[in-house]
Amino acid sequence: MSDLKNAPLVTITIDGQELQVPAGMNVIAAAALIGKEIPHYCYHPRLSIVGNCRMCMVELGMVMKDRATGQVILDEAGKPKIGWAPKPAIGCGTQAVNGLHVKTDTQLVKDCQKGVMEFLLVNHPLDCPICDQAGECTLQEFATDYGQGYSRFVEEKNVKPKRTQLGPRVMLDDERCILCARCIRFCKEIAGEDVLGFVDRGSYSTLTCYPGKALTNNYSLNTVDICPVGALTSTDFRFKMRVWFLKKTDSICTESSVGVNTTVWSREGQIYRITPRENGEVNDSWMADSGRALYEKVEAPERLKCPKINGNTVPLPEAIDRACELFDAAQKVAYVASGHMSVEEQFLFKELTHVQPGDIYGVMHVQEADGFLISADSTPNMRGGLAVGLWEDLPQKQLSALGDKIDNGAVTLLVVYNEDLFETGLTEAQLRKVEIIYLGTHRNRTSEYADLVLPTLMAFEKSGSFINQQWRLQTFAQAVPGPTGLLPDICLMEHLRSHLVGEAYVAPTLTGIWGRLSHENALFKGVLFNKIPKTGQLLEAEAFAHHAFLEGKGLHYEPKVTIIPEAVQAS
Amino acid sequence: MATKVLERKPLTWAEKTYLPQIVHGLKITWKAMFKKPITLQYPEEKPELPMGYRGIPTLVKDPNGREKCVSCQLCEFICPPKAIRITPGEIPADASTAHVEKAPKAFEINMLRCIYCGLCQEVCPEEAIFLQNAFSLSGYSRQELVFQKDKLYELGGTLPDTHHKWDKKKAAAAHPHHH
Repeated sequence: MSDLKNAPLVTITIDGQELQVPAGMNVIAAAALIGKEIPHYCYHPRLSIVGNCRMCMVELGMVMKDRATGQVILDEAGKPKIGWAPKPAIGCGTQAVNGLHVKTDTQLVKDCQKGVMEFLLVNHPLDCPICDQAGECTLQEFATDYGQGYSRFVEEKNVKPKRTQLGPRVMLDDERCILCARCIRFCKEIAGEDVLGFVDRGSYSTLTCYPGKALTNNYSLNTVDICPVGALTSTDFRFKMRVWFLKKTDSICTESSVGVNTTVWSREGQIYRITPRENGEVNDSWMADSGRALYEKVEAPERLKCPKINGNTVPLPEAIDRACELFDAAQKVAYVASGHMSVEEQFLFKELTHVQPGDIYGVMHVQEADGFLISADSTPNMRGGLAVGLWEDLPQKQLSALGDKIDNGAVTLLVVYNEDLFETGLTEAQLRKVEIIYLGTHRNRTSEYADLVLPTLMAFEKSGSFINQQWRLQTFAQAVPGPTGLLPDICLMEHLRSHLVGEAYVAPTLTGIWGRLSHENALFKGVLFNKIPKTGQLLEAEAFAHHAFLEGKGLHYEPKVTIIPEAVQAS
Repeated sequence: MATKVLERKPLTWAEKTYLPQIVHGLKITWKAMFKKPITLQYPEEKPELPMGYRGIPTLVKDPNGREKCVSCQLCEFICPPKAIRITPGEIPADASTAHVEKAPKAFEINMLRCIYCGLCQEVCPEEAIFLQNAFSLSGYSRQELVFQKDKLYELGGTLPDTHHKWDKKKAAAAHPHHH
């Protein structure tokens, strides 16, 4: 919790191995640095310490000093004498100080772990076959790693409620709860909505919401993630699939420009859940509930699954030919690009616009920010558009300029990428006046008016990169295949472009595009797509600092205050 | 590779007549003619199966008619030829077996893939899947031999339960010891 970045280094010894760590570092975290696991349930690096699970017992010692002189006492061999504490202590409640000695694998420690495991399992229902946590349950793992392997308990186990709905998305199984209080601390410290607490005493203690309250917070599902056992389960993922079948893919949440790092869990082309991925620079360990539900759009009924000309399904080559016809016939083209595109797509879209130059518009999507992990800009990559030069200035919410041009007849063909033009203030009459090529993932009112619809893929179905509000370039990988027969967006755009200019189509690759981007664009100088770190790469975007970005303060984000010169203010 | 040359002994006079061999063969034939035949008239007659015989995998119900499978998917995980496919589901809260919480929405075993190894039976924590005595399957299409849940229960029937694990659980929930 505490900021260790500026702490001085101290030397501690864990199981005889000396290491230097920042003063105040938690012993569990310090042990993890040298690959030693201190088992724990209630400790979480991003929550306060409560020390109530007692699983992380270690033996502690300090270098002995003479009380009168402060001199280090040496033994016969001339080494500092270690004064070991007579009883074990909890590792999570211990912070690194100079001369701290820790033993994590003595017989005493092992006996403690065995004892604690036995107590934790006393009232555990052992319903692993029906428990969603099985496979990622620390109770299972530590029972095999540190437990004694059999039960001496012959008495009747406590019976507690199995299906308590704590909130719309979180279900509680009281029997499985080990009272670690992580969820309580999360609600209090991170979500800022202190609704959970324990009632009753001893083995009757149960987790509950305060009377009249419910766990309705938009961050409630994080409690399910941090629950070390199967007590809290997600009502959406509950009983859907065992976790060991699921493939994990690193992705980026497209909910807002925060660019929350996520893991997409899928099996055989079907996504089952989305969980946050640790990134201490962006989202820590957290993620909004609303972002986790985005996968449902993959199978949504309004999903566009095949190319269409005037509403009739056609094969892709025919659709591409039709696009060429439309381009050839139209003299005045305008483009509406999107902050939903990846950087690579924006780059290729820009290339496409070179074939038949026209105005490029973007659409600003504003949503309510929560000051944490949802920003005011609901597109994941508006800054990418600035970076590749799709738009010079921040896009507008309303495209009245485009509307005027349509009215004047200055635009006869619109190429729209995944935007609903009705939301930007354009009217039905205006859309009827022009030909529309619509590239997008889902049907909307604009696609209904499109002469040609070319379906594109969702972020789960393709790879690429986004630039978040911090100007952090982050990559996402393909988790599931897209609808049958559809090309990735970059291939579709290159297909279109190569046909328009009469070149042979060569499928573009991400590394190929990045080779060009890093060469041609000063912002991306030296960036190699395959070398972008998992936590993202911060770009030097001073050149764009003058824009009045929408985003307010959020986790790990402080908006740069744009100081308007007095001269400008006066005029 | 080295070649070994075997020396073939020449036939004796008696062997050259072939008569001793014919007599020996006839002796066996006549003996067999008066013994009880051991040939089984399959398929009219069925063999007696030994204990622990591994026929086709089936799903079983407990004596109360509750489906024992809780769709933990361990059999699906362990199955070497990936013959099992389960879609887990939740038991509605108003059902009599609501305390079990989980049951398969769909359960299929592809009998064309199954290799009768018995790992599913071994791994099952609920004793819900058993390789029973049926061994002869036929069908007119591949789809017909992908057995669905109802067919698997029909083949499995009911087996005696010695634990009554879930019944005990329900009884304990009905009379919890209060503080």
